[in-house]
Amino acid sequence: MSSSDDNSMKFSSTRRKLLMGIAAMPAIPVLASSGLFSTPALAQAPATSAVNTTGLAVTDTEVTVGILHSVTGTMAISETGSVQAEKLAIEQINAMGGVLGRKIKYIQEDGASDWPTFAEKAKKLLVNDKVAAVMGCWTSASRKAVLPVFEQYNGMLYYPTFYEGLEQSKNVIYTGQEATQQILAGLDWVNKEKGGKSFYLIGSDYIWPRTSMKIARKHIEAKLGGKVSGEEYFPLGHTQFNSVINKIKLTKPDVIYAAVVGGSNVAFYKQLKAAGIDLSKQTLLTISVTEDEIDGIGGENFANAYSCMKYFQSLDNPNNKDFVAAFKKMWGEKTVIGDVTQAAYLGPWLWKMTVEKAGSFDIDKIAEASAGIEFTKAPEGYVKIHPNHHLWSKTRVGQAQLDGQFKVVFETPELIEPDPFPKGYQ
Amino acid sequence: MTQSGRTFFLRPRDAIGIVILAVLLLVILPLALDNFRLQFVGKYLTYAFVALGLVLCWGYAGILSLGQGVFFGLGGYCMAMYLKLEASSVENTKIQSTPGIPDFMDWNQITSLPWFWEPFRSFGFTTLAVIVVPAIFAFIVGFAMFKRRVGGVYFAIITQALAAILTILIIGQQGYTGGINGITDLRTLHGWDIRTDSAKTVLYFVCVGLLLACILIAYFVKSSKLGRILVAMRDKEDRVRFSGYDVASFKVFVFCLAASLSAIGGAMFTLQVGFMSPSFVGIVPSIEMVIYTAVGGRLSILGAIYGTLLVNWAKTSFSESFPELWLFGLGGLFIAVVLLFPNGIAGLWQTYVAPRLGPLFSDKPKAAVRTAATPPASPSGPVAPAAAE
Amino acid sequence: MFSEYSLSELSSIFMMQGFAGLILFSVFLLMALGLAIIFGQMGVINMAHGEFMILGAYVTYFTSQLFLNYIPSLFSIYFFIAMILAFFAAGALGMAVEWLMIRRLYKRPLDTLLATWGLSLILQQFYRSVFGPREVGVELPSWMMGSLPVTEVVEVQINGLFVMGLTIAITVAVALLMYKSSWGKQVRAVVQNRVMAGAVGINTEKVDRYTFGLGCGIAGVAGSAFTMIGSTGPTSGQLYIVDTFLVVVFGGAQSLLGTIASAFTISQAQSTMEFFLSGSMAKVLTLLGVVIILMLRPQGLFVIKVRR
Repeated sequence: MSSSDDNSMKFSSTRRKLLMGIAAMPAIPVLASSGLFSTPALAQAPATSAVNTTGLAVTDTEVTVGILHSVTGTMAISETGSVQAEKLAIEQINAMGGVLGRKIKYIQEDGASDWPTFAEKAKKLLVNDKVAAVMGCWTSASRKAVLPVFEQYNGMLYYPTFYEGLEQSKNVIYTGQEATQQILAGLDWVNKEKGGKSFYLIGSDYIWPRTSMKIARKHIEAKLGGKVSGEEYFPLGHTQFNSVINKIKLTKPDVIYAAVVGGSNVAFYKQLKAAGIDLSKQTLLTISVTEDEIDGIGGENFANAYSCMKYFQSLDNPNNKDFVAAFKKMWGEKTVIGDVTQAAYLGPWLWKMTVEKAGSFDIDKIAEASAGIEFTKAPEGYVKIHPNHHLWSKTRVGQAQLDGQFKVVFETPELIEPDPFPKGYQ
Repeated sequence: MTQSGRTFFLRPRDAIGIVILAVLLLVILPLALDNFRLQFVGKYLTYAFVALGLVLCWGYAGILSLGQGVFFGLGGYCMAMYLKLEASSVENTKIQSTPGIPDFMDWNQITSLPWFWEPFRSFGFTTLAVIVVPAIFAFIVGFAMFKRRVGGVYFAIITQALAAILTILIIGQQGYTGGINGITDLRTLHGWDIRTDSAKTVLYFVCVGLLLACILIAYFVKSSKLGRILVAMRDKEDRVRFSGYDVASFKVFVFCLAASLSAIGGAMFTLQVGFMSPSFVGIVPSIEMVIYTAVGGRLSILGAIYGTLLVNWAKTSFSESFPELWLFGLGGLFIAVVLLFPNGIAGLWQTYVAPRLGPLFSDKPKAAVRTAATPPASPSGPVAPAAAE
Repeated sequence: MFSEYSLSELSSIFMMQGFAGLILFSVFLLMALGLAIIFGQMGVINMAHGEFMILGAYVTYFTSQLFLNYIPSLFSIYFFIAMILAFFAAGALGMAVEWLMIRRLYKRPLDTLLATWGLSLILQQFYRSVFGPREVGVELPSWMMGSLPVTEVVEVQINGLFVMGLTIAITVAVALLMYKSSWGKQVRAVVQNRVMAGAVGINTEKVDRYTFGLGCGIAGVAGSAFTMIGSTGPTSGQLYIVDTFLVVVFGGAQSLLGTIASAFTISQAQSTMEFFLSGSMAKVLTLLGVVIILMLRPQGLFVIKVRR
């Protein structure tokens, strides 16, 4: 971990009086563990005037960040895990002494599953609360809505979801995978290991599945020499899949490649099973089902399907064991951790390390210092920020088990370079 | 003009009300609020255009449309298309495989600008389209339905289905519409950067100006003969028809007017917020806008404006601290307004406050009696009698 | 597109697709029956219909947990008990809502729409606060999942058969109740002339309350059944609302036969188009077709004369 103690800086008594957030801050439950380090003396912390030259909400003892997810509305189903992970990370960082000697305080806002609300709240966090960073957003639409706000008011967003790519911003760190990272390795694997030559592509009708399928189709046709035997999109929230299941039965593809999201997911897998498609015989590879979704689908309806992600809760490494234990301790034994939840957990940590490397909370300095930040304690193993603000990460394929967990059957040997504007796939 | 012999279509009391609103929006709020909060007010005011249209077509004519979001969206999309084309100049988009077209088209392998985008390069055409396109759409829908005497509940459900259809269509045709993300990253209007704070302040005043103009139009319609026929139609449609009026045409007209008003709101929304997305077209926003109107008072033009501001202000401030409580509050508000105050804030005002302020408003009591549009004061009275019959 | 398939393959495709259409028909009819009673008979636009369905789904979830934890030996039949509980839970809530809210609004049908929309927001947030924002997975007895092979290719889904059977049973029961029982006569009398019905001694308030309760109860059963094919979460109910209303309106609100016919027409149109077009376009075209037909024939497919 990088740290930069600017002891040479003189401790200045100038205090910036800042308008702290008006929202009442929920009390953070204190972890029973005493923490790895004792709280460092505040005198070692660099002066506020030195680390905060742009008027962010930083005092001598505290720094404020924003959490911006949907707590209400249709997306609350997915975003709950991200909020939990971000709070856990903040609490752990505080237990270790905070960032540059300052405790992290958070202001949580509800995007209410509504893109304009996201934009409104993002603006509130940046303009009113002057937060030093925002962990938030889930859907592409919400990110697109807040992006101009972050660029205009120069904020920093840590965005956790795997997404379609085709974007890169100074003001965003993408802690999930972009489409090619997630898709290509999985397709190669299914082609080699399962002999997949013909693919049936099915997704929800919006930008992420469509872009992902476009990349998948190019890869299947150009690189793997396979064929796409069908491509189907359904409106978000669609619940009747019997017709497309008949089409799948008819075309007998080697692989069903799925990117169905939300409530449709549950309907799709339940109806697939009811229609007698046995996932232990019919290969199904999906890029949209994490442990979170299996909760709703039911493990017995999804068993033996393959999911292509960068993280699974069952990953066998010491970082992940600690993370899973801490997460369950904070949020209950029954909670599950999916890919996006883990990516959301990375956000506060990466920000902390970047701030410490830059020796400043200033957005411009953080944007510049981000490239090359390594996080060796990441639950997924090891990640590193690429100059394009995406993460280098491994891609894994997991086979779903009856209990709703995945058995990791494949992992790329090397970290995959993020490539948000892939040549040859557009 | 007006048939009542008055040369001016505003009653003194209404004129005072408009002046108070104008002072509030143009002087008090800009002075009292910082830039940040003022921009919120600007955004809420764009919904007030929709509420205004709903007062005319729901309150006066008894036509409840659950698809006003469609028109808000159409107006907003027209404006967004113009701004997007301006933002997608060849220099700005040179990293794309086809420079000069909007980024989302490039991502969807569209290599040339679709024909229906071409005219939106012209600002004149865009302005016209904002008003005319939704009106034409409303005309087609209204003409087909009102000529066949579809009304009340059926009209509401059909407009709701239209909102659902248009949402699915916009999301599905993402190469042409930007899909679920909508049209984002809008930057300049005629080279004028609309993202700066000063531009937003200017746009706020433009928005207020347009709103006041639309309020005047609404009062004009209300006080004209047309307005009285609308009220008569709402209360006893058959009698109006038997008196020789072409009921359907009046309904079509007011529905088109409401559509155009909503669309102006949509266009102003796009300008102030900087994007347009299908989440305004769907059923949920459409019904929410009906609620703003109901809270303000479905029979009161000014009430609808205050209702919109009040609900949105409550939404923003409550959801900042208690997101969960807020939904209970919003749901409870719907029920309370319907059950207890069917005439909304305006009804409360007229029942409890106005009588005491009566002398101050220097309004002759005679005039109050004469106005056909004054709602029945008793909350139990039938308020929207244009039900399925 | 069919040239590459043999004749026997084609015939089995059509059989499977026909069956898929029938399942969709059952689902639509089951969704719409409760609303057909509430909207058709009482003129109340219940926008919270989907939330009553989800209440049934949550009841099913809790019954399944109860059986799993306490009487696992009877797990295979828990679903029937869950459906009965769902009926009574949703029905009771419906009657309470009628008493508190709806009965004050019978003269203002459009206002029932707004008030029930508010109710749906409250119920959604209630589910979210109590059961959590995440979806719950309802585990089904193993005999209900899977399919029966008819020929080598053609398979029939057991849960599809179950939904069809349930739909037929409920439809027949509703028809008998409405057209053969004395209570049904009272309901129809109130619908056709409320004042006169009151004058001949029918307790119209009581009839209203039970009718509303019955409609909500059927919604609860439908929600319970849909745990087999769909998701159970706080906002899942909204997925059904537009389809449901269109089925009821398209059929002609007061007619049970109309609801059946319209569910059949819409489901067959949608399932056929889904086979030839993409899912999104099929949905758009189906909805558009329904809207256009409604514009041409606003009273719906079947009408009965009602005096108000």
